[in-house]
Parts: sequence; C-alpha cells; structure tokens
Amino acid sequence: MNLAFTDDQEALRKSLREFFESESPPEAVRAAEPLGFDERLWHKVVEMGLPAIPVPAERGGGGAGLLELAIAAECLGRSLAPVPLIEAAAATTLLADVAPDHPWTAGAVEGGLLPTLALHSVTDGAARLVPAGAVADVVVALHGDALVAVRPPERPAAAVPNLGSMPVGDCAVDAGETVVLAEGPDAVAAHADALRIWEALTGAALVGLACRALELGVEYVLERRAFGILIGGFQTVQHRLADNATAIEGARLLARKAAWARDAGQPAAGTLATMALLFASETAFTTASDSLQMHGGYGYTLEYDIQLYFRRAKAWPLPAGDRRAAYAGLPRRLFEPALPDTAEE
Amino acid sequence: MDFWESDELAEHRAAARDWVAANVRPEWAEEQRRSGCHQTMELHALMARDGLLAAGWPREYGGSTVDPGYARAVFDECSRAGLHFDGWATTAMVLHTIRHVGTEEQKRRYLPAALRGEILIALGYSEPDSGSDVAAAKTTAVRDGDGWVVDGQKMFTSTAQVCSHVFVLARTNPDAPKHEGLSLLLVPTDDPGFECRPIHTLGGQVTNATFYSGVRVPDTALIGEVDDGWNVMRVALVYERGVAGPTSVDGTVADDLAAWARGARRLDGTAVLDDPLVAERIGRIAVEEEVSRLLGVWMNWHADRGGVPGPEGSMRKLFWSEARQRHLSDAVDILGAEGLLAPGAPGAPAGGAFEHAFRAAAVTTIYGGASEVLRDIIAERHLGLPRSRPQIRPARTGGPA
Repeated sequence: MNLAFTDDQEALRKSLREFFESESPPEAVRAAEPLGFDERLWHKVVEMGLPAIPVPAERGGGGAGLLELAIAAECLGRSLAPVPLIEAAAATTLLADVAPDHPWTAGAVEGGLLPTLALHSVTDGAARLVPAGAVADVVVALHGDALVAVRPPERPAAAVPNLGSMPVGDCAVDAGETVVLAEGPDAVAAHADALRIWEALTGAALVGLACRALELGVEYVLERRAFGILIGGFQTVQHRLADNATAIEGARLLARKAAWARDAGQPAAGTLATMALLFASETAFTTASDSLQMHGGYGYTLEYDIQLYFRRAKAWPLPAGDRRAAYAGLPRRLFEPALPDTAEE
Repeated sequence: MDFWESDELAEHRAAARDWVAANVRPEWAEEQRRSGCHQTMELHALMARDGLLAAGWPREYGGSTVDPGYARAVFDECSRAGLHFDGWATTAMVLHTIRHVGTEEQKRRYLPAALRGEILIALGYSEPDSGSDVAAAKTTAVRDGDGWVVDGQKMFTSTAQVCSHVFVLARTNPDAPKHEGLSLLLVPTDDPGFECRPIHTLGGQVTNATFYSGVRVPDTALIGEVDDGWNVMRVALVYERGVAGPTSVDGTVADDLAAWARGARRLDGTAVLDDPLVAERIGRIAVEEEVSRLLGVWMNWHADRGGVPGPEGSMRKLFWSEARQRHLSDAVDILGAEGLLAPGAPGAPAGGAFEHAFRAAAVTTIYGGASEVLRDIIAERHLGLPRSRPQIRPARTGGPA
C-alpha cells in the first residue's frame, strides 16, 4: 500500500496539469463549441503519445499503465479539454490487443488515425451516439459477437447539438470500409475490457472536473457578500461545499484504485471501473450543481465558467447509459464474479 | 502508487483464534447485548493476565513482550465474536495522553496498573449543557491545599459503570477565557461523592450520567499543566484512532444484504436480488462502502507516515457515518415487513442484525465529532472558508507534538 505517486507519475501529473491549464483555458473550451473538438490541441496530445500510453513499448506505445492515463484524464477533466483522449486511449488499447498487426492499429498508436469506441452494441445497422463519433477516423464496435472497425466516409461530421458540446456521432457499419477484428466470446470480452477502460478514465476525468468546479464555487463565495458578510461564512454554504470536498477525495481514491487494479491484473478491476464512474458521476454533478447554486443568478448566465462544468458533469457519463441501471447490475457482478463481464447490463 | 492491502494480522490469526477458543465464553457477547455495557471485565482480566493489554508499551511502564500484531489479532477476533472493549479504548487514549504530558510519577503510577488491568478509565468531557462545544464545560475543580475538589456533572460517560476512574474535563480558572481555564483530572469512581446513573440508548448500549459532589483528588491526579486542559485533550484526540485494534467499522451491509437477497424469494419464486429496485440500492451501498473503506485506508496511510494530520480523519468520519445511516435505512426498507423484526423475533432476517444496526447507527453521526462540527472543520481548514461559529479563538492553538 502506497498512496503516493512515484516521481515519474508526479512529474507527469504536474506537467499535464500545466499543459491543459495553458492549452485549454475556458476561452478555448468555449471556442471549440459546439463540436467540442480542438484539432490543434489534439495534435499536441498525440505528439506527446498520450492515447497510446498503455500500449506496450515494443508495439510503439508508451509502455506505461492505465494509472498514468488516469492521471492524464484527471488533468484533462480539470480543464474540460476538448480532445477525445479517453475514447482514443480505450480504442487504441483494444486495437493493439486484438489486432496488433492491422494497419489501422499502427495508425492509432502512431497518432495518424483517431480511433474511438462504441460503448453499446450495434443495433439496426448502426452504433448510436458514439462518444467522439463525429471526429473519429475509426470506430470500433461490437456487432453481434463480432468486433468490427469502421472507417466512416467523412470526418469531422457535423456537430450534433448536445448538452455537453461533445463530438458524439452515429456510425453506420455499412457506411464506410469495415473490417472484422475478432469474433466470438473473446471479441465480446475484449470489447467489455475496453468499455471498462473508458469507464475508469471517464471517472478520473470527472474527478478533475469536480475538483475545479469546487474551486470555482469556493472562489466565488470568498468574494461575494450578502447581508453584510462573505457568503462563504454561512454554514449552509460551507456545509454543502464540505460534503462535496469529502466526496471528491473518495471519488479520486476510487478512480485511482480502479486504474491501478487493471494494471495489477486484479479480477475486480472491471467492476471497480464501473463503481469509479458511478461515484465520480454523482460527485461531479452534485459539486458542479452546488457551485452553480452558490453563484446565484450569475451561475445561470453563459458568461460564468461554472455552466461549462455543470453541463459536462451531467453529459460526460451519459453515453454509457442510465446510472441507476448500472447500479442495479453491480450486485451480480460483485457477488457472483464467475459470470462473464459483458458491456450490456 | 499501489493499493495492495496485506492482511497484517494474517500470521497471527490462527494463534488468536486459539486464544479466543480457550478463553472467550460465548455468553459474554450476549451479556454485553443484554446489559448494554460494552466492556466485559472477566475478558479484560484474561487479556491483562496474558500481557495482551501491555503489548507494545515500554517495559519500564509495564509493557509486555507480547507481539503487538498478535494482540491486535486477538482484539480483532474478539470483535468478530461480537464483543466490544469500549472501556479499554478510552483507557488507552488516556494512557497515551499520560505518556505524552504526564509526570514521571504519574507514568509509573497509572501506566503499569492499567496495563495489569487494575485501572479502567472512562472519558468525562460532555455535560448536560455542552457536547460539541466541549470547552464550555461547567464542572469545576477548585484547589484545596495540596489537592483539588471536583463538583459537577458529566453526560455520556460510557462504561463508567465498570471503570475505576473518569478522565474529567473541569474548569480550574473561572476568570480565564473559555479555552484557557480548563484542566483534566483522573477522578476515582469509588469516592463517596461520585455517583453513576444509567442512560438507556436507542442502540441498546447503556451509557451514564456521572455526578461529582465534593470529590477530593490529590494534585498528582491532574494530568498535564493546570489550565492547559484544552491542549491535553487534543493529545488524546490524536489517539482516538485504532487503539483497541480494528473494531470493524468497515461496512459489510452490501454483502450481508446480498446474501439475504440471494436466498430470499418473492411470491412468484424469483430471487429478491433480481428485483432491480433492490439490486440498485445494494449496488449503491456497495459503491459507498468501498468509498468509506478507501477514505479509511487513506486516513491510516497518512497517520502511519506521521506529520500534521490533514482533513482525512474528519472526511472519513463524516462520509462513513452518514453513508452507514443511509445504508441501514435502505436495508430495513428492502427487507420490507420483515425489516421490523428485532433480535429474538422468530424469522428475523440475519437474526435481527439489520434492525439492531439501524438503531445503533443513529449515534454514529453524533459521537466522536458530530457531522456539523466536522463540516465546519473541513470548510475552515481544508477549503479556507471563514469561521462560522461566534466563538473566541483560544490564545494558544498549538496541537500535540
């Protein structure tokens, strides 16, 4: 047990926090709306090799773990960076796992191709509302018991207006060039594993988001006065912020544990990833929502930054589906772990 | 960073179970439930006899050569058998305080005797008119020749019915500011001026109101400097954690509920666990119990590395206690009508354990720092928000070394 980062991990955290803070200030986040994709920033992220961090070094990746990616995701979340690092990392890891020799895999690892993952199985010939689906060069999806990769004809697609200004998009499996990467139970298991990576990393990003949303709230209540005093002096205000600060520490520990568990080959890693996403989702939304409330009427205006956090806190986890269904799926996974992990609850 | 958790007590478990099998009588746990006294003196005497209480303490103050890991494993196994040692937990807190701030004479007088099991100490901080605002204590200790005379009343003096002493927070200087005129004294419970009356609680535990009328104690009973009781008490708080070993505050409500829900059947024959309304709530409990546990792991990890305690303890206590109340409330709901059934009722799920735990959980957000106080602490010390309570700050704020 050691809850401190290694020197390398701490250096990574420090440099990525500074990188995203300088490259993705609120003006840049706003400028990237409505599509939610900053191509210039994406190229920088690719140059640093971030999407391929967990791919083994002999296959051209970073040779590190999911924990390092979780550190990156937390920094990304703090700054709401409009780049699909999480989707690309989950899909790249999956491609390198099931199709190490495919040219698209090399493209993803080297950064020339932007891959993403359809979280849900293909229905009626299409994967719906795929995260980063509007900007991805390759969409990996589960079609029946086949894992397929699709190159959509036109990128980027038009922005689909949505709550989080996210580059979500539909992907029809017959719309472009499609290859079958794997079939059968192994394909289903590989897809589930990639989904768990997406969950763990999205959980980490939401921790970063929550942390900054709390700071925005604290900063505001320390400058706004009402009834003759700083509103940060009112206990009703303080206690909500204290609850959020506490939940954030818990969410952070759980997100990091989920990432570590996969690196350490723990059998519970997949379940921990879902748990991390669930708790981080609730924490991020409650925190951003409370912070917005602390801003009073200004919180409802587009001018203040808290609305950027409020919308994404609700939006980022939604592609995975209704949170309550995921909670309901947990007892069987926790207490009957012999059952195979599948993406669909 | 890694989250490997080793069972530090694993190598001692077999020996600890042998000790429990040889020494612990099954009726003791039932007796604790029946009497509401969370301290069994026969067990305490056996633990003293075998050097378990004295494990890890310096030899010159009565320490034994017993491996502290083995001693913790014995406490842990006793906990699993449903036994509490609340009186020893408070005693150990006071012993650590004496070791830090006591005179050499006090250390030689109190430590060996307590480690032999001859002294047991309850905490006398709260009063009828002061709980969270503990420094508002009105009990007085007035100098009388070479001793002190204690007068007043304490509330929630748990296990005082079996203790030899109470560690009493008393006002020794009525003219000093609130936090600067307090002292701590070890008051014997066999004094004719001492009286102990039971207070029955929702969770079955019987705590006490204790009364002090003209109780005379020698000067050596005053622990720490005169009028420095606020700082002495802060030393004790540092040792509030884990003195009697892991006494299972970690939740298992999700596991226990799932075990019940797997076996239980609806009228149509389906497993209760397959009801999504039930499964969702158990899933949520499992997530929050994992978060509680991780906050505890985080707190212990910080404490083991020494240094200045941060917000970990307050955050952990706040989250754990509030989550536990929600979980047990949900658990009783999920059981439906059978959730009514208490221990002893025929057909009670898990022997009525959920009903009992639900009642007992009500106190967890009150004792050891009420949730409202903890939120104040987190807001002020962690978030840097202004102090919200209209109170005079103590002049000296130095904490324990």
